[in-house]
Amino acid sequence: MIPLLLIVVPFVAGIIAFFIKAGNAVKGWSLVAAIASLAVALAGVYSKGAVNYNATWLPTLGSSFSLTLDGMSKMLALLTAIAFPLVFAATWKNEYAKPNSFYGLMLLMQAGLTGVFLASDLLLFYFFWELALIPAYFLCSKWGGEKRIQVTFKFFIYTFIGSLLMLVGILYLYFHTAGSSFALQDIYNVKLAAGPQNFVFWLFFIAFAIKMPIFPFHTWQPDTYEQSPTAVTMILSGVMVKMGIFAVIRWLVPVFPEAVGKFDNLIIILSVIGMLYASLIAIRQDDVKRLVAYSSIAHIGLMCAAIFADQKVGLQGVMVQMFNHGVNVIGLWIVADAIEQQLGTRKFSELGGLAQKAPGLAILLVIMALANVALPLTNAFVGEFLMFNGLFRYNAWMAAIAGISIILAAVYTLNMVQRIFYGNTTPLTENARDADGNVKLVLAILTVVILVFGVYPEPILKLTNDTVEIVLAKLK
Amino acid sequence: MNAIIIAAISGVIMMFSSVFINNKGAYRHIAAVLLLVLLGANIADTYGHHFFHIDVKGMLRFDRFGFLFNSIAIAATFIYVVLTGRSMEKIGKYTAEYFVLIFFVLCGICVLGCYNNLLMLFLGIEIMSIPLYILTGADKRNLKGNEAALKYFLMGSFSTGLMLMGITLIYGATGSFALNGIQLSKAMGGTSPAAGGPFLLESVGLILMLVSIGFKVSAAPFHFWTPDVYDGAPSVFTSFMATIVKAAGFIAFIKLFDARAGGSSVDVNAYTGVDWKMLFAFIIVATLLVGNITAVFQQSVKRMLAYSSIAQAGFMLFALFSLNDLAKEGLILYAAAYSLATIGIFAILVKMKDYTFEGYNGLGKTQPVLAAANTIFLLSLAGIPLTAGFFAKYYMLASVVKTGSYLWLVIVGVLFAAVSVYYYFRVIQAMYFKDGESETEEVSTGFKTGLVILAAIIVLFGVLPQSLLNWFYF
Repeated sequence: MIPLLLIVVPFVAGIIAFFIKAGNAVKGWSLVAAIASLAVALAGVYSKGAVNYNATWLPTLGSSFSLTLDGMSKMLALLTAIAFPLVFAATWKNEYAKPNSFYGLMLLMQAGLTGVFLASDLLLFYFFWELALIPAYFLCSKWGGEKRIQVTFKFFIYTFIGSLLMLVGILYLYFHTAGSSFALQDIYNVKLAAGPQNFVFWLFFIAFAIKMPIFPFHTWQPDTYEQSPTAVTMILSGVMVKMGIFAVIRWLVPVFPEAVGKFDNLIIILSVIGMLYASLIAIRQDDVKRLVAYSSIAHIGLMCAAIFADQKVGLQGVMVQMFNHGVNVIGLWIVADAIEQQLGTRKFSELGGLAQKAPGLAILLVIMALANVALPLTNAFVGEFLMFNGLFRYNAWMAAIAGISIILAAVYTLNMVQRIFYGNTTPLTENARDADGNVKLVLAILTVVILVFGVYPEPILKLTNDTVEIVLAKLK
Repeated sequence: MNAIIIAAISGVIMMFSSVFINNKGAYRHIAAVLLLVLLGANIADTYGHHFFHIDVKGMLRFDRFGFLFNSIAIAATFIYVVLTGRSMEKIGKYTAEYFVLIFFVLCGICVLGCYNNLLMLFLGIEIMSIPLYILTGADKRNLKGNEAALKYFLMGSFSTGLMLMGITLIYGATGSFALNGIQLSKAMGGTSPAAGGPFLLESVGLILMLVSIGFKVSAAPFHFWTPDVYDGAPSVFTSFMATIVKAAGFIAFIKLFDARAGGSSVDVNAYTGVDWKMLFAFIIVATLLVGNITAVFQQSVKRMLAYSSIAQAGFMLFALFSLNDLAKEGLILYAAAYSLATIGIFAILVKMKDYTFEGYNGLGKTQPVLAAANTIFLLSLAGIPLTAGFFAKYYMLASVVKTGSYLWLVIVGVLFAAVSVYYYFRVIQAMYFKDGESETEEVSTGFKTGLVILAAIIVLFGVLPQSLLNWFYF
């Protein structure tokens, strides 16, 4: 029942939200709904073992409405459920035209995202994969920045092409299962010959690579992050990109083990190129949002490389980092949004000396920034350490080259902190105030999460252990 | 049989109603009631209640497939009349006659749903086409409409001629008009190209039939009439032609070729001497290419829909390519999904003052219900999950993947599906994300309710396609 509730609560709440016309009422309603889903998610996390839900859906097609809440799903469902209330709270003061549609679509997106993480039926997974995309498309195109329509459309077309290629792959797998079924276990039992396996592997991987995004499929990402309303950007980068990583772990690596063994080198090289490339571009950015966007590509590249390193530590690191990256990047966006809402700009060249005017915000940003650099004691350190460990065991040279991105991350992140908060004040920052209470509260919560998981990552490792074991068993 | 006879009788009733009733608004109510009767009669027929007992000498065969399609066609026509009936009154004086012609078209469609003989196929196509030529030119003071009607008529007669020639050749080869009888040449020893004689005649005959039906369903390279005719005809009738009539063409198509390759024991390729699948693959790729790429460059939504109907035909051709059980089910679903969505889009289109994409700017603000329903219809045409269009495309792709080869054709198909998103979403972008004061004619609450119900049906089929397809088996 819990897996079903996790999807139904935001879905129904989202539908209702469309009919609440008053701005503040719909905000309150959405926050309450998001907190309710968080409560359900927590109940899910604390329930023992994998929780399954099954209902008939399309018996003649061999597809059922089946959800499973195993370790990785629990972790990502929790991340989704944490992200939404925090995003709603942090952007409480932002005003949107037609707030009912905005919050309704946000909640529908939550339902779609959660569905992706829970589905244990390939056709259902495809359904949710698309359903998460449609609200995102409308949200970005309607409430985004100046170039929003073209940029979001590029994003949509990109991911839609990926999805359709995946659909072909799904159908191919489907006709090779025993008795034509979409169920996870039947898909896992498919044994494809080497030729088709290599081919279908790429049909799936391109879809996931576009979503993550992995170099050279990343070109939609910086523009979309920049042009989207910040609340949506938070979800896109905090939660939605995890769809790609999750899908690789759940639907790609265990299904095509031989193809993974064949292409792992190529994919790691692509990921590492992407990491360095994105980090170098991040250094040259003058816009907070674009900087965080490129830094996000670098982080995702590392996660992808660590998955294909086929090592237990690497995979554990990815699990930890999926959660932590979500938390950290949302934190960074919140700071960026707080600055933009108040001063109307995101450009470093127009900012400076903000620490004197907004000391609270400065302290919190520094913590977020340090987490982004993966300093020890912050949560990201644990994940990155494990992932580099895995990568190192796979190929020391790769790990060394990828390691350069850590230094680059320190360069651009600290440069950002310095240019926004220190130095001389500019005309724009003369009269700046400190951030609002709700923003500070959300950032404080995130800080606690960052520090707790930085010191004690054990809960995530334990929670996701079953998934890691299953994937590794398939690879061996 | 019920549907064929009652459709013809309904046409006659409509004809006389124009003599006795002078109230323009009454006609569409009469038509709607007659359509419901027709639907009821067809469903009764499905369950074995035959109102008429006529010996058809095996020239018609009444099976589940035909009945289900006829029901869908009649139901779609009902929805079409309810949504756009009022707009028909604005075209000319002869409102009742338009309904008469629509009933005759339906009569032809019902023949096509159950023909079992090539002569009946010919009759069905003709009964369906001739009223359409008239409907295309219904607005007789409009030069573009006249041009379209003439063009349609000439092209249509030409393709009918080809069909007759094809039928003649097949008859010459097999000595029978029966749908299954055409495999006779095999029995006569014509199993390989070397045998020549009857074999060659039959192959040429079938290729002529392919060309002719290709004309009717506007498959490339036989599509050239489509954009001009669809654009020139009054929008309300374009809606009817592009949906229900086209779907009927496909049903005729698949019945013919299914019988041809009937019982998978027949090796179609060796039988005809040409690589039949490659021929279809060529037509599919050409149709998808022409339809999608040209639709991208259109400025008028109506012309875009004309090209998009070619593109959608390309997808339906997948069923003819694979010819398996999934293909038959899928074609039924596709016919329903595509017809309903397109009828909805056209119903909104005829209410618009300006048919260009700019004309839709800001519709989300001025007419939120219309815009929301239109979005669902467009998403369905684009094949996004939760709408009927997704499962329609799903079945088409799955049927080809099931054949085990030709994965490249499926990939070409999905890439064109991605292209189609470009022009369908341009309408959505105009409605919601661009500023403007989109102007529409006055829209009644009933019309809005109809659209909402139609959208709900599309979503229902998108979540549970079995709710439609179970009629196949039950």
